[in-house]
Amino acid sequence: MQAWVISNLVVGVLFAGGIALGVGVRRNRLWREATGELARRRPVALGVIALFVGVALLDSVAWVGGVEAGEDVVAVLEAQSVIDRAFLGFQEKSYSAPFAGAEFYGGARLAHPGRHPLGTDILGRDVLYLTLKGARVALLIGGLTSLITIPLALLFGVSAGYFGGRIDDVVFFVMSTLASMPGLLLLIALIMAMGRSTLSVCIALAVTGWVGFCRLARGETLKLRELDYVQAARALGVSEPRIILRHILPNLMHLVVVTFVLMFSGLVLSEAILSWLGIGVDGSWGQMIDRARDELSRDPIIWWNLSAAGAALFVLLLAVNFVGDAVRDILDPRTLRENL
Amino acid sequence: MLAYVIRRLLYGAVVVLGVLLFLFVLFFTVTDPDDVARRALGEKALPEVIEQWKANHGYDKPLWPWQAERATESLLYDHFRRMLSFDFGRSDADDAPIAERIRRGMGPSLSLTVPLFVLGLGVGLALSLFVAFFRETYIDRMGVFLCVLGMSVSILLYIVGGQYAIGKLLRWFPISGFDLTPELLPRFLALPLVVGLAAGFGSDVRFYRTVFLEETNRDYVRTARAKGCGEGRIMWGHVLRNAMIPILTHTVLAIPFLFTGALLLESFFGIPGLGAITVDAIQGNDFSTLRTMVYIGSLLFILGQILTDVSYSLADPRVRLG
Repeated sequence: MQAWVISNLVVGVLFAGGIALGVGVRRNRLWREATGELARRRPVALGVIALFVGVALLDSVAWVGGVEAGEDVVAVLEAQSVIDRAFLGFQEKSYSAPFAGAEFYGGARLAHPGRHPLGTDILGRDVLYLTLKGARVALLIGGLTSLITIPLALLFGVSAGYFGGRIDDVVFFVMSTLASMPGLLLLIALIMAMGRSTLSVCIALAVTGWVGFCRLARGETLKLRELDYVQAARALGVSEPRIILRHILPNLMHLVVVTFVLMFSGLVLSEAILSWLGIGVDGSWGQMIDRARDELSRDPIIWWNLSAAGAALFVLLLAVNFVGDAVRDILDPRTLRENL
Repeated sequence: MLAYVIRRLLYGAVVVLGVLLFLFVLFFTVTDPDDVARRALGEKALPEVIEQWKANHGYDKPLWPWQAERATESLLYDHFRRMLSFDFGRSDADDAPIAERIRRGMGPSLSLTVPLFVLGLGVGLALSLFVAFFRETYIDRMGVFLCVLGMSVSILLYIVGGQYAIGKLLRWFPISGFDLTPELLPRFLALPLVVGLAAGFGSDVRFYRTVFLEETNRDYVRTARAKGCGEGRIMWGHVLRNAMIPILTHTVLAIPFLFTGALLLESFFGIPGLGAITVDAIQGNDFSTLRTMVYIGSLLFILGQILTDVSYSLADPRVRLG
């Protein structure tokens, strides 16, 4: 199947999942109160994140077909997303400053004077366009990696904590082995071995990232399995998979949410470092920063590439970090107890 | 006690073997020697040339012991024997001996990472004590806000921005370069140090502050206050000393990684340390150097972990020998 078809399907699945999640949250009093509290505490940060998600979704809905670019109708063979279509034909030949009417070096007149609010890069591509496209990559890295990490870590952590014995020994051994390798080096080694692609970057981030959450899930499960209601369920003869699904997993859900939000910014920052080392994901803000590293030593300097990518990265991560702190405060029982 | 130390050492040895097995799977089966040869020689290399390259680098053996005539004639055996006897062989990219290269990179790396570590710990502790002293005031809230702000900036921006602002606009320090002579070293290290400190302070200060605040809610602090201790004395005399246990656990484990160097800082500021060697290995598809670096890093980490555990069981009577 072609990439753009999958991308459209993913958007559909995300919408369906979002609605299902919304209904689920509405039905459960505790989650409803938690989300309400979050919306009260961090309206601006949530809005910023929603904006980025919206851009990423617009960049994921794609179709093949004719496109109007200025006065011309351009026949398009490859699928183009909504964002692609909005910027189609906005091509220049080289650098131009924000809102400039002429090229930065040489002063040749631009094809679209004054219509590049963030200027253009060395190949004449609109910087606003590149920055917007980066949102999808950043969310993809965070989302896909979490999608791999969290189920894996839950599976291993819960079974290690619940069953103990040999399973615990094996999981603990794998965790100590992975944790003893320097994080960034392990990340690099994995990507080098698997080859450079978006998926291998996400898998590498997942392999290096799951240990922390697995340890957390294991510890919580160890505590939960000794609680009275779990003991009672066991005494009543409830099967073990059922106890795990009914009594253990729901009590780990708040940890999943907190981990997901707190992990996100680390993942995006790691990808930026990988891009800098030349093994990142195509089209990310990290790559924009990497390309821009020589532009500050030009004279006069090119500042808009670096600032645009850096600012987008900063604003998204700031919003995520603020939301993450609030989510932890709301969902973490220990802090809750201290505040009451 | 002795039994505990021996058990801890044995488990460490098992983890080292696990790391070696992981590295073997990663670097010999996920990318087999044919891939490595092709990346070194180019995609269109002739099969004979690839075989020749593999023979020169000692990769012309079966992977697993059960595929070979004798178990010692396999790559798995070679890999374990060489790594465990610290015979790292030659680089896949330029045939230079890896051990020699690591020995040369150690000095420059340590000259950057040790001051970075000491200064980072000192500055971080001082700042977080200051913030925790003014807890629940505007200073505290401002401090936490600045930390979150600092954590949201990519280290790449600190590097590029620091180099531009301090190196190019203000011209205080050279933009990059390195010299181990005592007169020149501080000038070359100043900029990477400033950038490294700025990049690390956000998460550090926030972590230390949480630890301090947890301590200030303890009973002994209330007792100290009840018997008339001043807030300053409580902070410096009581809280700092008790908070050092979790903080030291956190920081001691970072010491082994000082040897593997600061990857980004070294490569960008032209410091010829272990981090820069690693970056070169990535860019040159030099798998043998890369896996040696990972191995050395984890070896040091495991050793550090054992030392921490053992010294805890000696120093802190509350730690049970489990």
